[in-house]
Amino acid sequence: MNRTNRVNFATYAMVILAFAALQIMGSAGMLSSTVRGQLVPICAYAAMALSLNLTVGVLGELSLGHAGFMSVGAFAGAVAAAALPISSDPLRLAAAMLAGAVFAAVAGTLVGIPVLRLNGDYLAIVTLAFGQIIKSIMENLYIGVDSRGLHVSFLENRIIFRDGGKMILNGAMGVNGINKISTFTAGFILVMLVLIVIFNLVGSRAGRAIMALRDNRIAAESVGIPVTKYKLMAFVISAAMAGAAGALFALGQNTITANKFDFNTSILILVFVVLGGQGNMWGSILAATFLTVLPETKAMRGLADYRMLVYAVVLILVMLATNNPAMQDFINTRFRRKKKKEGTVR
Amino acid sequence: MLIFLNHLINGLSLGSVYAIIALGYTMVYGIAKMLNFAHGDVIMVGAYICFFAVSSYRLPPVIGVVLAVAACTALGIVIERLAYKPLRQASSLAVLITAIGVSYFLQNGAQLLWTSNIKMFPSFFSSEPIALFGGELKISAAAAVTVLTCVVIMLALSWFTGRTKLGKAMRACSEDKGAAQLMGINVNATISMTFAIGSALAAVAGVLFCSVYPTLTPTTGSMPGIKAFTAAVFGGIGSIPGALLGGVLLGIIEIFAGAYISTQMSNAIVFAVLIVVLLVRPSGLLGKQIREKV
Amino acid sequence: MSEQKNNYPKPRLVPVPSTNIIPERDIDKRPILECRHLGVDFGGLTAVDDFNMAIGRTEIAGLIGPNGAGKTTVFNLLTKVYQPTRGTVMIDGRDTAGKSTIQVSHMGVARTFQNIRLFNNLTVEDNVKIGLHEHTKYSALSGILRLPSYWKKEKEAHEKTLELLRIFDMQDMAGYQAGSLPYGAQRRLEIVRALATGPSLLLLDEPAAGMNPSETAELMHNIRKIRDTFQIAIMLIEHDMNLVMGVCEGICVLNFGRIIAKGTPDDIQANPAVIEAYLGKRKEG
Repeated sequence: MNRTNRVNFATYAMVILAFAALQIMGSAGMLSSTVRGQLVPICAYAAMALSLNLTVGVLGELSLGHAGFMSVGAFAGAVAAAALPISSDPLRLAAAMLAGAVFAAVAGTLVGIPVLRLNGDYLAIVTLAFGQIIKSIMENLYIGVDSRGLHVSFLENRIIFRDGGKMILNGAMGVNGINKISTFTAGFILVMLVLIVIFNLVGSRAGRAIMALRDNRIAAESVGIPVTKYKLMAFVISAAMAGAAGALFALGQNTITANKFDFNTSILILVFVVLGGQGNMWGSILAATFLTVLPETKAMRGLADYRMLVYAVVLILVMLATNNPAMQDFINTRFRRKKKKEGTVR
Repeated sequence: MLIFLNHLINGLSLGSVYAIIALGYTMVYGIAKMLNFAHGDVIMVGAYICFFAVSSYRLPPVIGVVLAVAACTALGIVIERLAYKPLRQASSLAVLITAIGVSYFLQNGAQLLWTSNIKMFPSFFSSEPIALFGGELKISAAAAVTVLTCVVIMLALSWFTGRTKLGKAMRACSEDKGAAQLMGINVNATISMTFAIGSALAAVAGVLFCSVYPTLTPTTGSMPGIKAFTAAVFGGIGSIPGALLGGVLLGIIEIFAGAYISTQMSNAIVFAVLIVVLLVRPSGLLGKQIREKV
Repeated sequence: MSEQKNNYPKPRLVPVPSTNIIPERDIDKRPILECRHLGVDFGGLTAVDDFNMAIGRTEIAGLIGPNGAGKTTVFNLLTKVYQPTRGTVMIDGRDTAGKSTIQVSHMGVARTFQNIRLFNNLTVEDNVKIGLHEHTKYSALSGILRLPSYWKKEKEAHEKTLELLRIFDMQDMAGYQAGSLPYGAQRRLEIVRALATGPSLLLLDEPAAGMNPSETAELMHNIRKIRDTFQIAIMLIEHDMNLVMGVCEGICVLNFGRIIAKGTPDDIQANPAVIEAYLGKRKEG
């Protein structure tokens, strides 16, 4: 078994053990209500970070609008959950997550086709622009349901119900009174599925082609790798997974508004990826978990006002520590005597 | 027609502010090849300093502006030295994340120091607009001053980069840092100077922006920052005339989209235009096409 | 349906190249590469002009010339990194006008780079497998779901990879990270990766750069071995004249973007124009 496979199995094991431990602690009443309330968001953010890591770490392109896909998934999921006539909650959740993934994949394709012709910083700025556009669209979208089916209206609410229909998505007010059907188990399954997709993709022909683009686009073209196809593939898979995560997140909240998925959320998820290490999947999960839980812990609540400031300082220090050549030499000579010989995912 | 002209003037005025901010982005990108995400927050700091100088210490507005410029210049240099300089050799992603960290730091620092309560920025300009065509077309003093400032800054910068020794050093560094260093140019000092100039401009832009949109909060800088950045990309990042063109066009598009198409969607339209421009001309309106060496 | 128009514009008459030469043994087959009046301008600057050359199907050809003569530019034109301004490139008799780098690769042209371009973060094995991309066909979905076609094709790819690495005796390095290999091994890996695409024309850009004499001698041996084993044409750019004169059958000399001499190694060594290009003109008197 090579190093990549060992890392993959360790990651699966880590997620399964964490889930089992939290389940046992939960049934033994050892988890505070704040922590229990954070379990679904943790899973959603972990899946978000993993999906963005596919774009940033594996494809090597910076996306600054990932929250846009989460937003599409969240609203599609919330609408699906409210409108679909499925009585079983787990099935309804699954259908909602699927709807979220499909709609986000469509959005990802629409965004990806133009965007992926660009490179580097320009690609980043265009994803940022698309994130803003998606937010504007979601803030002006009205969706209601009655016996005749779904009604959609844009910019202003022109929906007229015939027989006691109800509004689901109410423009900038978002979706209210969501039936919270997301569970920790569903979140766990989503994270596992996302991991399986990423690891299996990376270990296959398509994944190798994607990583070839990251490492050296010109060399990849010279051996006949179709650049646009694989860039788009990575981007759309990443968007679809973000959409499913968005649906999971939305159905664990009372209310969601488009504001929740703004530029700052995109950046937050990017921070998870970078702190966890680009291309490093277990790192993304750990970073997403700790940075979601940390602000809710008692110690950090004491800091209250300073919380975000500390967060910013930690972010800067971590980047300086991991990217400054002098610092890296110091760390390498002290802690990593052995030279890395085998390739890893990154 | 007059309404159209009024919108055009508003667009020009907003666009001039974007252009001044975009200059900061574009100069820093040109020389350090990095997106200084914290630039928008320097605008906010500049506006706060001017606000307190004028409102709390009753200093004349001119002194307030000078103080803001001085403080932001120092802030720019400090940020570059502490956060960006150690990362000269790092990947652009690492630098970008650091810049985002600095941006968070400034926003949250401002929130701690000055609370998140809205401050109403005082108006420095006479509320009496300049009336033309027998009072039918009114140009607010703020708009006139903004456009004028932008023009003056542009001319000064063109002169600086084209004629002075320091300006030429800057251009040399943006072409090829290694070669510039071999020619005896102090690259680090030149980069610091670029950050200083960019941040000083940010302070000016902060004051001008808040004169038009007077609600001042710790996040005031982020939206104009993002838009000015897209303006810089729009015009061709790294190009000083490009920043002017991109900023002015973006301002005009934003005002017109809001006036004639949809107020709610004006931001979306601005960004959509940016995307279209980048697809047609991937290096922006006036940017240089860079061929990758094989 | 638009009306069938029979208007031939006034023809521009161009000379047919007659100066191209290939080894006698390949004469009954179509040349693998034929360039006619190939040229490219960058802005106002003509980098390559009137480049005419043919390569036989099993020829080892050399492209030499002083620094800045436009040798790598020719490679970039052949692989469509740059689109030519003028002229034609025929690969195996098929015109490549309007084709992309990727399409030219699928037509059977593979290359290495002067400044090594490996997939540094991937293993040696993965680098070669990426070269095998077009020969390892299964869908992305079968990869994600690990369907039987995945296992079958991956096994084939693995075996093929080891077989290719064996050419340079690199099979033991399969698990190493490509970027961590020593310089010479990186150059060899680049050749293996190019070979993995199954080319009929292999372009080597300064394969001996930075090698010591014994490594260069081994490389010469390997270049011949690759030609003999795979029965393909090889074109190389090289400054090491021992290698060029030792291994190449036909040589083309480029100076200031134009061909100044063509012929066998003996012809080239005796050619006064070549000596002048490399050493400068002898002062009269």
